[in-house]
Amino acid sequence: MGLDIRWPIGLMFSFVGLLMTIYGFVTRNDAEVYRRSLGIDINLIWGVLLLVFGILMLFLASRRRNGGGPPGPK
Amino acid sequence: MQVTLTWLDYLILLTYTCFVVGIGFALRKYMRSSSDFLTSGRSIPTWVTGLAFISANLGALELVGMAASGAKYGILTSHFYWVGAIPAMVFLAVFMMPFYYGSRARSVPEYLKMRFDERVRALNSISFSVMTVFASGISMNALAKLLHLLLGWNYHASLWICSAVVLVYVLKGGLTSAIYTEVLQFFMIVLGFSPVVYLGLKDVGGYSALTGMLKGVAMNPAAFHLRDTATTYSSNAWTSAWQPLLAGPAHNPMGVDWFAMVFGLGFVLSFGYWCTNFLVVQRAMAARNMTAARNTPLVAAVPKMLFPALVILPGMIAVGLMTIPSKGYRIPAPILENAVYAKAMTVVAASADLPAEQAFKDVSAAVGKRMDRAKVAALVRDYAAKPLAPDAFNDRLWNAVAEYDYDGVILSLVKRYCPPGLLGLALTGLLASFMSGMAGNVTAFNTVWTYDLYQAYIAPKKSDDHYMRMGQAATLVGILASIGCAYFARMYNNAMDIIQLVFAFVNAPLFGTFVLGMFWKRTTGTGAFLGLLGGTVASGVVHALTISQGNAPGMKGGYLSVVHTFPSEMAQNFWLAIFAFTVCVGLTVGISLATRRTKSDEELTGLVYSLTPKIKDAGTAWYGRPAFIGTALLAACAVLNVLVW
Repeated sequence: MGLDIRWPIGLMFSFVGLLMTIYGFVTRNDAEVYRRSLGIDINLIWGVLLLVFGILMLFLASRRRNGGGPPGPK
Repeated sequence: MQVTLTWLDYLILLTYTCFVVGIGFALRKYMRSSSDFLTSGRSIPTWVTGLAFISANLGALELVGMAASGAKYGILTSHFYWVGAIPAMVFLAVFMMPFYYGSRARSVPEYLKMRFDERVRALNSISFSVMTVFASGISMNALAKLLHLLLGWNYHASLWICSAVVLVYVLKGGLTSAIYTEVLQFFMIVLGFSPVVYLGLKDVGGYSALTGMLKGVAMNPAAFHLRDTATTYSSNAWTSAWQPLLAGPAHNPMGVDWFAMVFGLGFVLSFGYWCTNFLVVQRAMAARNMTAARNTPLVAAVPKMLFPALVILPGMIAVGLMTIPSKGYRIPAPILENAVYAKAMTVVAASADLPAEQAFKDVSAAVGKRMDRAKVAALVRDYAAKPLAPDAFNDRLWNAVAEYDYDGVILSLVKRYCPPGLLGLALTGLLASFMSGMAGNVTAFNTVWTYDLYQAYIAPKKSDDHYMRMGQAATLVGILASIGCAYFARMYNNAMDIIQLVFAFVNAPLFGTFVLGMFWKRTTGTGAFLGLLGGTVASGVVHALTISQGNAPGMKGGYLSVVHTFPSEMAQNFWLAIFAFTVCVGLTVGISLATRRTKSDEELTGLVYSLTPKIKDAGTAWYGRPAFIGTALLAACAVLNVLVW
């Protein structure tokens, strides 16, 4: 099918990751917000991870457009 | 039980919804023929079909149910993955996919028609399409109920809005849309739930601390109201996968013997589901070529093998948490009606001067559940000192219930550990799995309806455009019928249980028919048809004659007479499947030998193992061949089993 699924996956997780990262950064000193997550600023950590995952997907998708590599095993 | 969502959580939910609808619209321009719409034009890369294959199986009910089983049975639950899935997935890939894909059948029922005859196809396609509609209805009912309980959303609005989202993207992008959103859902669930597992594990002090706690639980499950007072297991009952099983049904929390587990679940039920259910097989059939199709279940097997850490572990963590009083955690009690609370309040008020034993009996009777003695006594005492406000009272009463709603485990952990943000991510993952569950069922339904029922029996030889429109209409009808079933499930819980039971009978013998059809060319259409019917009947009869310990004759079996008592419901299910399979195989072989073959060797080429040229994987490197990958997966699976022996 014409649409490479990695574009929507990459875009969506980059966006959600960015949201969580920003929110996690702003609330990093707010103990009340992170009482539930054992005092860990899980939004910041997980947001960055999602962002990295999203960007990786976008990178893989764009590499294919430039004729770089095969789209997964044929 | 309710949680409050913040703007951030809503934003994440909205983002996901926009993306799935967007995918539907982006794919719209590629939907040119009925095969684009219903079978994706066989054009999708392996990793995508592989993840969709596993996602179609990882419905929300699985997510909820496996965490529940993790709490009830511990690590024994992983047999549903390592015994009950991986071997069947490898078998599908290596041995069966060549016939499904190579025959160019567009659906599993169509394969049955090519191999046998119209009768077998009609039987399978009718039962399958009814089943998909009910399955998606049941799951949508669960979703709407959950959104109502958890977020306070309106039941009807939740049901219709979620269904509308599914309708839009399936109608626009067909099977491809469903497959693509399943991949999105896969990542959403894995990435949304793994932090919850991580936080839970950290909270109980790591895995080895958790096994220590579960050992204590296994030796005295009654202390945590997990079993009756008389029940006790050896210390490894929750934490080893095989030793309690080999020790016998009385020594493991599932109450199952190893033979029923390996043969009933691992062979009959598992192969019956993974190798013949069009819902999952359809994903592999959408792959772009034979190797991709065969590798699809193998790609899927990798995450499947690791899922126990994501879905079963939370249940075990929940039980572990209960052993640490300072954590203040309990597995949620079943939901009580408002009338029950009101009634219990008057009883508690009147119990102040009664002896403790009498007060406990009265309150238990008013609630209609098993209660915790100490908590009831404390509640009666406190209420006599100073009447509690209704909210506080309801909370205390609910907490005093000594029964568990195990299906609430996963959400109680999400609620406990997720701050705003992560909460939105986890809930979106859950919602995504409900919606893609519906999409998966509806895309399987519209294909079977259009090609196997409509084109085959109602309107053959129409233009492709006609079938394309029929496929779209079937999508709409399928979703409306699912909504109808959701309401039906909401009103008649018992009727729903009966329907699911009947489907269990229908599914149990199916693998017998397929395995004989694919590997024995002598199998005739009449043999297959009667064998399948006979297996279903056998399953129903055995159910009517047997019962499991602790159940009264009725819905749960034994309504004709009780010939045998199984140690647990699960053992009963596994043995039912074994009977159904054996009868189906016996009848099919017997009748096939007694009837004349109607299909020649030429007609069966590509459909039966011995008459089909072996696939030469010469073009593929040795490490890319299904046989090699399959063997490696089985070895990895064996290692996992040994690790939790």
